[in-house]
Amino acid sequence: MGEFRQARWSEPLIFSIGASGRKGYSFPSIKDTSKSALCEIPENLRRRRLPDLPEVSEVEVVKHFTRLSQMNFGVDNGLYPLGSCTMKYNPKMNDAIASLDEVRWIHPLQPEETLQGMLEVMYKLGLWLCEITGMHKFSLQPAAGANGEFTGILIIRAYHRIRGELEKRREIIVPDSAHGTNPASASMGGFEVVTVPSDESGCIDIEALKEAVSQRTAGLMLTNPNTLGIFEERIREIEEIIHDSGGLLYYDGANMNAILGKTRPGDMGFDIVHLNLHKTFSTPHGGGGPGAGPVGVKEHLKDFLPVPLVEYDGKKYYLNYDVPHSIGKVKGFYCNFDVLVRAFAYILTVGAEGLKSISEISVLNANYLASKISDIRGFEVPYGRGKPRKHEFVVSCSRLRSETGISAKNVAKRLLDYGVHAPTIYFPPIVDEALMIEPTESASIEELDEFVRAMEAISKEAYENPEKVLKAPHNTSVGPIDEVKASHPRTLCLSWRMYKRKFMKESVKP
Amino acid sequence: MKKLGFIVNPIAGMGGAVGLKGTDGEETLRKAIALGAKPIAPVRAKIFLSHLKKILGEVHLLAAAGKMGEEEAKEIRFECTTIGEAKDETSPNDTKKVAKMMVKEKMNLLVFCGGDGTARDIMDVIGLKLPVLGVPTGVKMHSAVFALNPEAAAYVAAKFLSSGLPLREAEVMDVDEEAFRQGRLSAKLYGYMLVPYEAEYIQGVKMPSFRSRSELRNQAAIAVYVIEKVLQPDVIYILGPGTTTRTIADLLDQKKTLLGVDLLLNKKIIAKDVNEKEILKHIEGRKAKIIVTPIGGQGFIFGRGNQQISPDVIRKVGVRNIIVISTRGKIENLKDLRVDTGDPQLDEELRGEIEVIVDYNQKVIMPVR
Repeated sequence: MGEFRQARWSEPLIFSIGASGRKGYSFPSIKDTSKSALCEIPENLRRRRLPDLPEVSEVEVVKHFTRLSQMNFGVDNGLYPLGSCTMKYNPKMNDAIASLDEVRWIHPLQPEETLQGMLEVMYKLGLWLCEITGMHKFSLQPAAGANGEFTGILIIRAYHRIRGELEKRREIIVPDSAHGTNPASASMGGFEVVTVPSDESGCIDIEALKEAVSQRTAGLMLTNPNTLGIFEERIREIEEIIHDSGGLLYYDGANMNAILGKTRPGDMGFDIVHLNLHKTFSTPHGGGGPGAGPVGVKEHLKDFLPVPLVEYDGKKYYLNYDVPHSIGKVKGFYCNFDVLVRAFAYILTVGAEGLKSISEISVLNANYLASKISDIRGFEVPYGRGKPRKHEFVVSCSRLRSETGISAKNVAKRLLDYGVHAPTIYFPPIVDEALMIEPTESASIEELDEFVRAMEAISKEAYENPEKVLKAPHNTSVGPIDEVKASHPRTLCLSWRMYKRKFMKESVKP
Repeated sequence: MKKLGFIVNPIAGMGGAVGLKGTDGEETLRKAIALGAKPIAPVRAKIFLSHLKKILGEVHLLAAAGKMGEEEAKEIRFECTTIGEAKDETSPNDTKKVAKMMVKEKMNLLVFCGGDGTARDIMDVIGLKLPVLGVPTGVKMHSAVFALNPEAAAYVAAKFLSSGLPLREAEVMDVDEEAFRQGRLSAKLYGYMLVPYEAEYIQGVKMPSFRSRSELRNQAAIAVYVIEKVLQPDVIYILGPGTTTRTIADLLDQKKTLLGVDLLLNKKIIAKDVNEKEILKHIEGRKAKIIVTPIGGQGFIFGRGNQQISPDVIRKVGVRNIIVISTRGKIENLKDLRVDTGDPQLDEELRGEIEVIVDYNQKVIMPVR
C-alpha cells in the first residue's frame, strides 16, 4: 500500500499576510443614488470604523486559498465513508447545470411568467420525490435536513392544534439510535422528548415503545433503516401502535439511500417525510451553507405545508400561497434552487432503474465492508448479528480498546494517515467505541479493498505498536490537536477578533 | 510532568474468594488468611500500572511506600517517588496517612486499588479536593468511583492526564459487612468524590458540539424541569439522597441534606433526614410522590443508600407515583435500573419499563430489573 501524504504548508492566517494599502480589487465609486440610500441607514446601525479586513494582493489571495485547498480532504480526492452523514460523489455534470446562466441569474422577485422553467423544475422534482417516497405533496422550502425535521415537527404541532389536542399531546418519541437532530427538532417545536431503547436485534424495543406511548404522544420520529443500518422489520406494528394512540409518524429520510425503488416510507405508514438531498441525490453537503431538506406529507397533512407551494394549472406553473392551515414559511423565498436543480439533474440522468441500482450497490458495498472488517482482530459488528445491513453499518472497537488501549477515535485518526476520511465515531451512542461506516455506491471495489487493508494494518499496529496509532495522524496537513485547549472556553478561538483578544491581548473596539 | 498518586490497599479483596463478603476489620483478615485467601490487589495493581506504562508516555508516579504501591511499581520497573514509610501490616489509618501526604504533593490524579472500604478512607481525606479514580480490587464495590477493570482504569487515567476528561461527582457507598454476612444487604451512601469519566462514550457526533455535558448544568436543567412541570401543589415529595435531587431544593432556595431523605411540600422542605417512620407519619392521608436518582455505579433506584424509602412507603405512595431523575452522564453508562427493596413482591411490581427525566423536556424509557 503506497504511503499517503497530505500537502502541508505552513500557511499563516490571511490576516498575517500582505501589507497596509495592498489590494487586489478596486471597487467602482459609489454613485449618488446609492449614497443617498446609505444615508437612510439609522445612525445606531452604522459602523464607526472600517472593518478590520486583510490587505492583500490578488496573487497572495490565490496562493493562500490554493494552498488551503491542497491541505483539504473531500469526496473528490479520497474515500469518504462517513456513516449517517452520507457524502457521496457529486457528479460534475450537475455542477455544470447549476452553473448555467439560466440558473445562476434568476431572481426570486422576478414575475412568475419569466420563471416558468425554474418553477417547472421545482414542480417536477416535487412529483418525483412523491413517487420515490410514497407521499402526496412535497414542499421544497426547507434549507437543510434539520430544517426539514423542524418543518415536520411544526406540521405535527399544527395538526394536533387544529384537532384541539395540542394541550394534551406534548411528547415526541424517538429511538435511542435516532439522529441527534431528532430530539433537538422536537425540543425546538416545544415538545418533550421520550427516548426508547433498542433491543438486541438493533431495532426499537416494542415493549418499551408501548410503555412510552400514551394520550400524550404527538408523534414518533424514526429512520428506517435505522442508524445501525438495520431495517425495522416490525415497522407495521410500530405504525399501528403510534396511529392507534392518535400520534403521527415522522420519517427521517437520512437513510433513504438504502431503499430507493425498493420500498417507500409512504407504504410503511409514515405521514411526514424529509429528505436530505445531499445524502441521497448527490448534491453537495450543505454543512451550514446552502442545502435542501424537502418535506413531503400524506394527503391529510397537505394543508399544513409551508407556503408557497409550486402548482401547475394545466397551462402555467405558479406559486400558491393559499394553503388553509399552512405553518407559514420556514425559510426566506422558495428554496435553495441551485441545490435542488442538481438533485433534479441527478434523478433525470440516472433514471428510475438507475436509482434502484444506486441502492443495490450501496447496500452491497456496505455488506461487503461489514463482512471484511468484522473478520479483523479487535473489530466486530454488534446488534442483530448475522443480519444483513442496509446502506451502512456500525463497527465496535470495544475489544480492540480493552486489549490494546486503542479507541475508536484513535482508529479514526490513524485512518487519515492511510488516505481515508474518518468514519463517524461514537454514534449511535448505543454502540460502544463505535465506527459508523457508509461507503455509498460511489466507492469502487478497489477502494473498498484498500480501506479493508488500512483497517487490517491499524489492527496490527494496535496490537504491536500502539504508540504509532495513539499519536496519529502523522501524514496529514495538521497533526493531533489539544482537544481540551481547543474547546475550553478560555482558549476556544473561533475568529481573528477572538484570537487578538485572547492571545495578543489587544483590546477590541466595538 | 503530570503527577499521579498511587495507593494500593494490599489486603483489599481477600475476604471475597473465601466467602467473607469483605475484609474490613483485623479479625476478618486473619480469618481470611486462615481460610487460604491470597492477595488480589497487588496483582490487579500491577495490571493497571503495566497498561498505563504502555499507553501513557510520561508521568511522575508517586507511590505509597512498601506494599501500598511502591513494591508493585518496582516489580514492573515503573519509576516512582516513594511517599510515606513501608510497613508489614497495613490498616485504614495507613491509607489515610499516605493520602494526606500525597495531597501536599499537589497531584493531578489519585488512583487507588481497593474496594468500598478503601474508597471511604480515601474520601475522608480527599473529599472533593482532587480527582480520584478507583481500580476495583475489593469484595464490595457499590461505589461509583471505580473503573470497570484495571485496564479501563489505565485508559481513563492516561486519557485524563494526557488530554483531560470531564469530572463528575461519584457516589462512595459501603455496605454494613456484619449485616451482609448475615444475608442482609444494607448499603449506605457516604459521600462523593470527583471522578474523571469518558465522555466519548456518551457523545453523539450529531449533537451540537458546544452543548455542555457538565453534570452541574445537566442537574440544573433537570431541576428546572421538575420545578416547572412536575411539582404539583399540596403533594408531598419524598426526595431521595444525591446531588441531582438536592439541586431541586437548591433552586427553590431550600436546604436539602445530601445523604438523607427529605420531604418537600409546596416548594418548601418540611422535614430533613427522615426515617421510614417519619415519612409514613407525614404522608398519612395525603397525596405523595417519590423523586429518586439512581445510586451508585449499578443503577439502584431503591434499596441502596435510600432504605428509608421502604416497601411500606413505596406501597403507600403507589408505584405509579415514582419519579426517576438522572443526569445523562449517569444514565448512559447504565444498561438498566435496579430495585432491591427487600420485598420481592414489590420488586416484581416495580420491574418493567420506567420513564427517567434526563434533561429539560427530555425523558428516556429504561428497563427496571
